Amino acid sequence: MKILVPVKRVIDYNVKPRVKSDGSGVDLANVKMSMNPFDEISVEEAIRLKEAGKAEEIIAVSVGPQKAQETLRTALAMGADRAILVNTDEEVEPLGVAKILAKIVEEEAPQLVICGKQAIDDDSNQTGQMLAALLGWGQGTFANTVDVDGGSVDVKREIDGGLQTVKLNLPAVITTDLRLNEPRYASLPNIMKAKKKPMDEKSVADYGVDISPRLTTTNVSEPPVRQAGEKVADVDALVEKLKAVGAI
Amino acid sequence: MKTLIWVEHDNASMKDATLAVVTAAAKLGEVHALVAGSGCASVADQAAKVAGVATVHMVDDASLANGLAENVAPLVAGLMESHDAFLAPATTTGKNIAPRVAALLDVMQISDILSVESADTFTRPIYAGNAIATVKTSDSKLVITVRGTAFDKASPEGGSASVESIGGASDAGVSTFVSEEIAKSERPELTSAKTIVSGGRALGSSEKFEEVITPLADKLGAAIGASRAAVDAGYVPNDYQVGQTGKIVAPEVYMAIGISGAIQHLAGMKDSKVIVAINKDEDAPIFQVADIGLVADLFDAVPELTGKV
Ligand SMILES: Cc1cc2nc3c(=O)[nH]c(=O)nc-3n(C[C@H](O)[C@H](O)[C@H](O)COP(=O)(O)OP(=O)(O)OC[C@H]3O[C@@H](n4cnc5c(N)ncnc54)[C@H](O)[C@@H]3O)c2cc1C
Ligand SMILES: Nc1ncnc2c1ncn2[C@@H]1O[C@H](COP(=O)(O)O)[C@@H](O)[C@H]1O
Repeated sequence: MKILVPVKRVIDYNVKPRVKSDGSGVDLANVKMSMNPFDEISVEEAIRLKEAGKAEEIIAVSVGPQKAQETLRTALAMGADRAILVNTDEEVEPLGVAKILAKIVEEEAPQLVICGKQAIDDDSNQTGQMLAALLGWGQGTFANTVDVDGGSVDVKREIDGGLQTVKLNLPAVITTDLRLNEPRYASLPNIMKAKKKPMDEKSVADYGVDISPRLTTTNVSEPPVRQAGEKVADVDALVEKLKAVGAI
Repeated sequence: MKTLIWVEHDNASMKDATLAVVTAAAKLGEVHALVAGSGCASVADQAAKVAGVATVHMVDDASLANGLAENVAPLVAGLMESHDAFLAPATTTGKNIAPRVAALLDVMQISDILSVESADTFTRPIYAGNAIATVKTSDSKLVITVRGTAFDKASPEGGSASVESIGGASDAGVSTFVSEEIAKSERPELTSAKTIVSGGRALGSSEKFEEVITPLADKLGAAIGASRAAVDAGYVPNDYQVGQTGKIVAPEVYMAIGISGAIQHLAGMKDSKVIVAINKDEDAPIFQVADIGLVADLFDAVPELTGKV
């Protein structure tokens, strides 16, 4: 089977984002960008399914600017087979991304789509669920363990309170959580090989979907800043302080 | 505006997370509550008592027993013909269901709202809470998830809504529930606890976590939380994780013990009233947000503290 893995180019998780002073957004100029960490987990899971003989081909897809090619190259270097860049300089909302992905699913007919659970820039946590809805497929969100067996997949999900296992008919959509696996680093030879792997470039118009935004961001501001308090000398002083604030 | 809220429950009792959603929905208009489950009549009765709820719609069907999004979402989408907004808590249940509803309605969800500014404008955190966006929607129906710590809880008593039993459920036939491992605990729930004691990677093992953190939490009647590193290392179960991609908490007192204070962790706890940090590195970023800091080895300081509180 084929697996489709959507990957998003986002601010690197080690960077502390800075809000622009005019309230128009977060300053991304000269900021290190990387693959959304959850998407690395998705790529890794797809590769493991391929290595286990349960998948034949892994297609990475990104909706974003020309630079998202770098993100796709990373996916290829990790082990994806080919890539599709849907090139746009607009910011596409999860609903729009889901609509584009649904069209790609129509063309490519994958049995599994593995998304990240959340993009760490917009923190939406929507795209995979929306795609599953548009396709009428089952959804295994916040996956902790994935077990593909014939025509179905068992997904153990991280939920409030513990873990839940669901069985989904294939084809299905999965969204990955942190404990699913530890993504590999691409080796230098694989980075070289990835340069020769196929990368298709498409435009949003190629898919004929309307992705005009539904939400307008009217302002972006800094959250209230917390002032550092004081350091105490020892446990006795800590106990005094805790009493003073009514904590104990 | 007529709102429809998702009542979170386990078929036996309503979860607290529902109450903040009622408060958020009431800012938009009349609150109608949906209890979708199997054998869930007692939940409907509890929801009817919540102050501010006008009507409870109960759908009792075997296909809804485990809240499978594939079965729930079409039901909610159908009910949205007669409602203007659907609101769910930003819990794992709400996050699973609401986007599926939004896509069926062809609208963009507004995730994890912090405030209702007007009927079409909301604030929400982005970039791990390092920025707050004000967003205005042009969609005619609203689908929203609500951050529980950002809204007061509606009173669970005092309401007297009518309960209407309705149909409309069916099994989408694409997914089935297999099993669940839910930890039973006498402790307060993380998201509603007054005090939280959280441990990080520094604890080193599940035995040490249990030996050092648990007695302090017991003494304080606190819930136990953890950093991602502690969860990944298997010291505690995954649902203890506090942070950008875990649980969002805002207790009266949050104690971060052997936690460095990465932005992803801060995203989940920096709205706590009093933050206490114990860390042996005086430059650990957690001290930048802590009201009370103690630079010490936790293996000495925490047992001593437990003995003195
Ligand atoms: C996509 C993504 C999502 C993430 N989501 C989350 C999330 O939701 N929640 C979360 O917590 N993290 C999250 N993280 C991880 C986060 O970036 C950090 O890696 C993590 O929070 C670190 O955990 P820690 O503070 O326990 O460990 P460390 O950063 O290793 O810190 C350990 C601390 O313990 C101190 N210490 C060591 N020994 C002692 C001792 N004997 N006594 C006292 N202090 C001691 C050290 O000085 C250090 O400050 C996420 C990361 C990514 C990439
Ligand atoms: N522009 C995009 N291109 C490719 N995949 C995306 C894009 N936006 C979101 N996704 C996928 O959807 C997941 C969840 O994103 P979000 O719903 O924005 O939190 C991500 O982890 C990706 O797998």
